[in-house]
Amino acid sequence: MNKHSKLIGILFGLVLIACLPSVVLAQDATPISPVTDDLVNAVAHDLYCPVCENIPLDVCPTQACAQWRALIREKLELGWSTSQINDFFAEQYGEKVLSVPSARGFNWALYILPPVIIISLISIGVLVAYLLVRRFKQKPGSIPQAPTSVTTEVLDEIEQDLQKER
Amino acid sequence: MEPVNNNIQNEQIKKLSTIIGIAAAIVIVVGLLAALGIAMKRSANKSLVVGQDIKDFTVTSFEGETFQKSSLAGKVILVNFWSSWCASCDEEGDALELVWQEVKDSGEVLFLGVNYVDTEKDSMAFLERYGISYPNGPDMGSRISTLFKVTGVPETYIIGRDGRLAAMNIGPLTTAAEVHALLDPVLAGQ
Amino acid sequence: MISIIALGLLVIALVITVNAIVTGVFAARNGSALTLESSRRAALAVFPLLTGVLVCLLILLFTGRFEYAYVYQTTEVDMPFYLKVAALWGGQEGSLLFWCWLLSGFSFIALVRQWKRDRDLMPWVIVVTMFTLLFFLVLVLFFENPFNRYYITMDGQVMSALFSTGFTLLADPSNGMGLNPLLRHFGMVIHPPTLYLGFTGFVIPFAYAIASLIKGRTDDHWIRATRKWSLAAWLFLSAGLVLGSRWAYDVLGWGGYWGWDAVEISALMPWLTGTAYLHSMMMQEKRGLFKHWNIALIILTFCLVILGTFLTRSGLLSSVHAFSESAIGPAFFVFITIVFIASLVLLIWRWSSLGSAYPVKSFFSREGLFLFNNLLFVAIFLICLTGVLFPIFSELFTGQQVTVGPPFYRRSTGPLFGLLFLLMGIVPLSAWGTSTAKRLNSEIWKPAVVSLTFPLAAILLGVRQWGGALGIWLVGLVICVTLFDYARSVGVSARNNHEPWWKAFNRLTSRNRRRYGGYIIHLGIVLMGLGIIGIEFFQSETQATLAPEQSIDFAGYNLTYKGLSVQDNVEGREAARAYIDVSKGSRNLGTITPRHDFYYTAEQTVTLPGLRSTLKDDLYIILVDWMPISSDGATFKIFHNPLIKWLWIGSIVLMLGTLVAMWPDPERKTAALEVKAGV
Repeated sequence: MNKHSKLIGILFGLVLIACLPSVVLAQDATPISPVTDDLVNAVAHDLYCPVCENIPLDVCPTQACAQWRALIREKLELGWSTSQINDFFAEQYGEKVLSVPSARGFNWALYILPPVIIISLISIGVLVAYLLVRRFKQKPGSIPQAPTSVTTEVLDEIEQDLQKER
Repeated sequence: MEPVNNNIQNEQIKKLSTIIGIAAAIVIVVGLLAALGIAMKRSANKSLVVGQDIKDFTVTSFEGETFQKSSLAGKVILVNFWSSWCASCDEEGDALELVWQEVKDSGEVLFLGVNYVDTEKDSMAFLERYGISYPNGPDMGSRISTLFKVTGVPETYIIGRDGRLAAMNIGPLTTAAEVHALLDPVLAGQ
Repeated sequence: MISIIALGLLVIALVITVNAIVTGVFAARNGSALTLESSRRAALAVFPLLTGVLVCLLILLFTGRFEYAYVYQTTEVDMPFYLKVAALWGGQEGSLLFWCWLLSGFSFIALVRQWKRDRDLMPWVIVVTMFTLLFFLVLVLFFENPFNRYYITMDGQVMSALFSTGFTLLADPSNGMGLNPLLRHFGMVIHPPTLYLGFTGFVIPFAYAIASLIKGRTDDHWIRATRKWSLAAWLFLSAGLVLGSRWAYDVLGWGGYWGWDAVEISALMPWLTGTAYLHSMMMQEKRGLFKHWNIALIILTFCLVILGTFLTRSGLLSSVHAFSESAIGPAFFVFITIVFIASLVLLIWRWSSLGSAYPVKSFFSREGLFLFNNLLFVAIFLICLTGVLFPIFSELFTGQQVTVGPPFYRRSTGPLFGLLFLLMGIVPLSAWGTSTAKRLNSEIWKPAVVSLTFPLAAILLGVRQWGGALGIWLVGLVICVTLFDYARSVGVSARNNHEPWWKAFNRLTSRNRRRYGGYIIHLGIVLMGLGIIGIEFFQSETQATLAPEQSIDFAGYNLTYKGLSVQDNVEGREAARAYIDVSKGSRNLGTITPRHDFYYTAEQTVTLPGLRSTLKDDLYIILVDWMPISSDGATFKIFHNPLIKWLWIGSIVLMLGTLVAMWPDPERKTAALEVKAGV
């Protein structure tokens, strides 16, 4: 591989890594006081309301959700970390309150599938590229030459095609 | 001749990949349709049907006692789903406690309150407000409400002595009479 | 009576549609021109009939005939006029009837205009379009009929039915429930029809593709014939998605524009495969490549349209958008089974006859990069499909309900979209045929270096997230490469023809509308990308409870709560408005007014955000309505969304670019004459 292909390969890799989650909440926090609304909202943002359809907990206006936000505040004041609060909610109310299912059991399929899809499609691309380069390298004289003279047959064919397009 | 051999190889690879591709497409499409079809069938029965068998479940009350359905065989179990944040649950708090006081000594019935998607503090406050004395426990992981296909609160299900669903009521049971209307036929039935 | 007329028209339309299908099949088999003409006339006739039905429903909606269940559920007396029009697609029954109308309308246009050219494809095009229409007509007539009325039975129960069945009285409500308050926004008025136009528009290219497969044609005539259809459908689909995002941003109040909700993704998936198709079909037209890709992609696009509609209305998805579950689920499932299986069978049957695959000579040639483009779009689509279907599968296999939320989609599709941007930056400078990375590199390094100024500027302005900086660089790369290529061509053309650059620009664009329209579309996309990068990477939010005259400093702005005004009975609601003054340093920048509306009939509140929008950033303030709101104090959620305005600007550029690309190239006839003279 020449250095230009390497350049594109590096760009490829950079872009792939670039979209890792850029907001990382403290994983093992010590008691934070005072616990601000913003902190509660940040934790609630990644949890879903257990009763409403697909509404995140920081947006949900119902009384039940207000209770749950109060619960989050309580746990934050006790010094719980985000992951501990998430685990607690999942245990209490079921997996569906998490914005991404936890990686156990059947849920592994969800984590495996995107890399599998990407890798298999890239493999198809690479395989095709390999076959072409191989085929192309075997027929050195097979680059189709542009016709040097325009014959009447060719012109007639072009005429017919153009007539069809009208 | 080299090029010809390689051409044949290329053709074989192409043929193989076409077959694999077609097989994959068929598997994906048919699998998808089958899964959607089954999911549709399952979602068609949105709630339990009277007479249906109920799978085993366990409720751990706020006091720490465990109640397992299979060990309660032969008893009539009234399972009531409620939450502190649901307005209509307020309406039935009194009625259920009243009837419980009447039937608890007979030893034939157990009232089990299942706290649906709630916080412990608020649910304890609710129980205190209505002086509920029958066991109540949280629905950990929402497993029990999934089992009973609960879509809202309050809902009441009565499991007969044979372990099957004998009666159900969606919505609040606002008077003791309503509770009796639901419960007595089951008690008498067997 | 209006409903009798409407039902009559519906029944006639149904019969005629069946007739069109049957005669269409006969015409395809025996080649009789007479049968074909009869089939065509039948298909044409359905459109005016359904227009009549639509007019009837509109009359019922405008005159407030609340005994009709649909009118009752979607309108009320106080609703403004434009919302009564919007009520047409505000409920399940009306939107299905609207689908029927659009399907028949598009078939009408296709059959009226392109008749002379595609005679042998025509019978099957009729059969496919009419079969789709038949399904939706059956849904409307027998499952979700908008002309049901409320009747009161002897024991006081209210039921909804088409005709009275003895001993029932026609109900006579004086007012309706009105549209869901969340839907009473201008964006909601145009978002559904635009989306539906996009969805149904794909039926014509799909019908042509199926007809081509059945007839065993291996040429690309079907692509040429439906090129404008595909572009138009894609345009409406893109516009529909953007309008939905704008509505979510303006009304829903969670400070964002796209929630990765299952229904949103169901509309995104056909867009993804449709975009891949638009690119890939260029390959077939120019070089006869990718025949398999094209036919597979357009069939997949239409299948996804139907799948998306099915999932939305089936009750299988957990979503804020999903229609309430109804009886049409099973019927829809039968339809998608037929469409999927038939398409798959046809594709497999004709696969090998579609010519050899990929005479692509190098991976770095334009063809190779387009292949990579196709693969990327398909990868993103498959990931979205996985995310949407996974909750269904999880519940099926484990009984456990799960949610697949934004983090999954962001992490898995983000890098892929980034690669697509990279491609947009590379491909315009790529060459056909043999090409190497070296050659590509030599073309690209100049604009690439210039594009580095973009992330540099961002870093100088304080950007520290390298993911965001990378995204900004990609945006800059596409802009620089596109403008570079444009400028170079204009320069060459101006020099050769000795004319000023703006004249060369005009001539170049009008001669090659597709290429340059495409460039404009790409510019639109990266501008949208800029807006998305701004809000995804750099958004910040805070929640603050403010007493009057109290202020807060946020994101470099100073915000002061000035007070609250309450107005009663404005269009059926109580409207409360908070005033927040914005200033930066000593400069007063205006007032933001978030609203809190309470709708009397629906007994529902809607909080609308107040917005201050500039090219640099948006200040987005919404009242938190589970905390007390009064003139003594209120709680606000404040969002700082950098660059989001570019999302909307970019979408307009995209639409303009599509119009340019769709405009027919002039001067094709002169080319033909030149050849003749040259012989």
